[in-house]
Amino acid sequence: MTHGTQNSPSYLDAPYGIWSWLLTKDHKRIGIMYLISVTVFFAIGGLFAAGIRTELLTPQGDFLTADLYNKLFTLHGVVMIFFFLIPSIPATLGNFLIPIQIGAKDLAFPRINLLSWYIYVIGAVFTLAAVFMGGVDTGWTFYTPYSSIASNTNVVLAALGVFITGFSSILTGFNFIVTIHRMRAPGMTWFRLPLFIWAHYATSLVMILGTPVVAITILLVFAERAMGFAIFDPRAGGDPVLFQHLFWFYSHPAVYIMILPGMGVVSELVAAVSRKQIFGYSFVAYSSLAIAIIGFLVWGHHMFVSSQSIYAGLVFSIITMIVAVPSAVKTFNWTATMYKGSVTWESPTYWVIGFMGLFLIGGLTGLFLGTMGLDVHLHDTYFVVAHFHYIMVGGAIMAFLGGVHFYWPKMTGRMYPEAMGKISAILVFVGFNLTFFPQFVLGYLGMPRRYHAYPEDFQILNVLSTAGAGVLGLGYALIVFYLVASLFKERNAPANPWGATGLEWQIQSPPITLNFESDPIVTEDAYNYAGRAGHGGHAKKAGEV
Amino acid sequence: MSHVSSKGLYYSVFFALCVLTVVTVAIARVDLGVMNTPIALAVAVSKAMLVILFFMGVKYNTPLTKVVAASGFVWLIILFGITMGDYLTRGWLGVPGR
Repeated sequence: MTHGTQNSPSYLDAPYGIWSWLLTKDHKRIGIMYLISVTVFFAIGGLFAAGIRTELLTPQGDFLTADLYNKLFTLHGVVMIFFFLIPSIPATLGNFLIPIQIGAKDLAFPRINLLSWYIYVIGAVFTLAAVFMGGVDTGWTFYTPYSSIASNTNVVLAALGVFITGFSSILTGFNFIVTIHRMRAPGMTWFRLPLFIWAHYATSLVMILGTPVVAITILLVFAERAMGFAIFDPRAGGDPVLFQHLFWFYSHPAVYIMILPGMGVVSELVAAVSRKQIFGYSFVAYSSLAIAIIGFLVWGHHMFVSSQSIYAGLVFSIITMIVAVPSAVKTFNWTATMYKGSVTWESPTYWVIGFMGLFLIGGLTGLFLGTMGLDVHLHDTYFVVAHFHYIMVGGAIMAFLGGVHFYWPKMTGRMYPEAMGKISAILVFVGFNLTFFPQFVLGYLGMPRRYHAYPEDFQILNVLSTAGAGVLGLGYALIVFYLVASLFKERNAPANPWGATGLEWQIQSPPITLNFESDPIVTEDAYNYAGRAGHGGHAKKAGEV
Repeated sequence: MSHVSSKGLYYSVFFALCVLTVVTVAIARVDLGVMNTPIALAVAVSKAMLVILFFMGVKYNTPLTKVVAASGFVWLIILFGITMGDYLTRGWLGVPGR
């Protein structure tokens, strides 16, 4: 059944003009506004990264001063994590797709959804103000005493921006949870939900349970700085490691805020490009919840060498090994889904396979770091930098870009050149590995992170890494170029260009404002490719006879 | 939810909160030894429970709402519990000078 008709204008056409966007309550428009915002911050964070990599071309600190280098890596982290990665998939693809995928007209609280975007922007303004007033040099973690008694940069402004933006995250998570509970279409039972929804449900739990803790932690830093409360200052009975406990209680689960939605995207893409029911649906669904819950119990693995008790470290180390299990369940199930599937080599396929390879390496090297003895050697080296970039960039951003490529026709009504989609995926994959694989070696050899100068022996690997960053940047720029260029072409996307299942592919591209002309009724499981095709498990693509 | 509590109940809860506030102030002036903190916390928790159950209406709400309300506290226990797990075991190794 097709729920869209040509009678109603699409969400892009109905009310027009700047205020119709800035005051919109349509989840799809808010998703697009977030997409533009996070892309801007990705570019800003990328510029900071370019500065870092340029400095590291030579062993001497000759391009940037040590102080400026400190500020660049801090701002790179702050911008990329709080203003790009955390909202990247949930606030863009999540906002756009969650109501459609469950058969609803909008999120449960459309005004709160718009409010979350404004809060995000206000938070961003504060942090950008910190950049223009001289920057901040604490590292993205705002560790005390760098951010408290030993601070000499704009910590308050930058941290206030993060504090404010956290509320945007909480509101988004809260909106998603209520929407998923209350607004599913008739027949859309929990175990018929697309796995994208399960992943976002789990992500939302982390958002609302974890984010308040980092907000309170930032307030405690302010209280110490402004009112002299000695919470983290050991001279008056405080403990700087307490900051690390509170910070990582949020910030480790925040890793899952960044990667879980990516896993949701990948589940959609894997099934679609394999034309096959996802292998072990309920295991993949429950593994999202398991990651969200167990992810709250592992934060101490960031503190193995921070004077944390060795016994606490042991417990954290063991639980860290356990949290790897649900991630492995997903990876095995995605692979099993592709096995004997009718895999087609469209651009989303390239992104999803790229994701699996990079996430695998990122995840396995996480086990190295979760092992207490090995972490003593690897802690604060480039091995850690490489590991989390394999998860954050190789995992989350590959999934984000895969999702953008997959859903771009639905969001904009336009197709992009398929060849360009494939070339950019290959460029990003090659550029990424060239950038970050040498950093594993550098870290293993002992190069510490956060220094602007290094011994000459490390130069060749750093040159490779910087060259890779150039290729990576080129890949990203190419994507922006051809996606933006596609907006100036005629709308040519059919309702279902990939031959995928799901309510979002049964409505027109781009959708109408209320998503569905008539309320949908769901009568089949998610990813019913076998049922759709009749035989052979091969659903028809647009244009196929 | 459609449950409407009587005014009498609200006044009773308000009265109980006032009494517990007086108790809070009173026990702050008395040295109860090792029981100082546990008793102060018990009074505080009682006040919080009254607010959550009656003023916020959780007592009359759906099981889902109760789970949501409880989960915040469970997570607080995780945060405090495991963090204290670090602090309480730091001295166990017997490192000289610590």
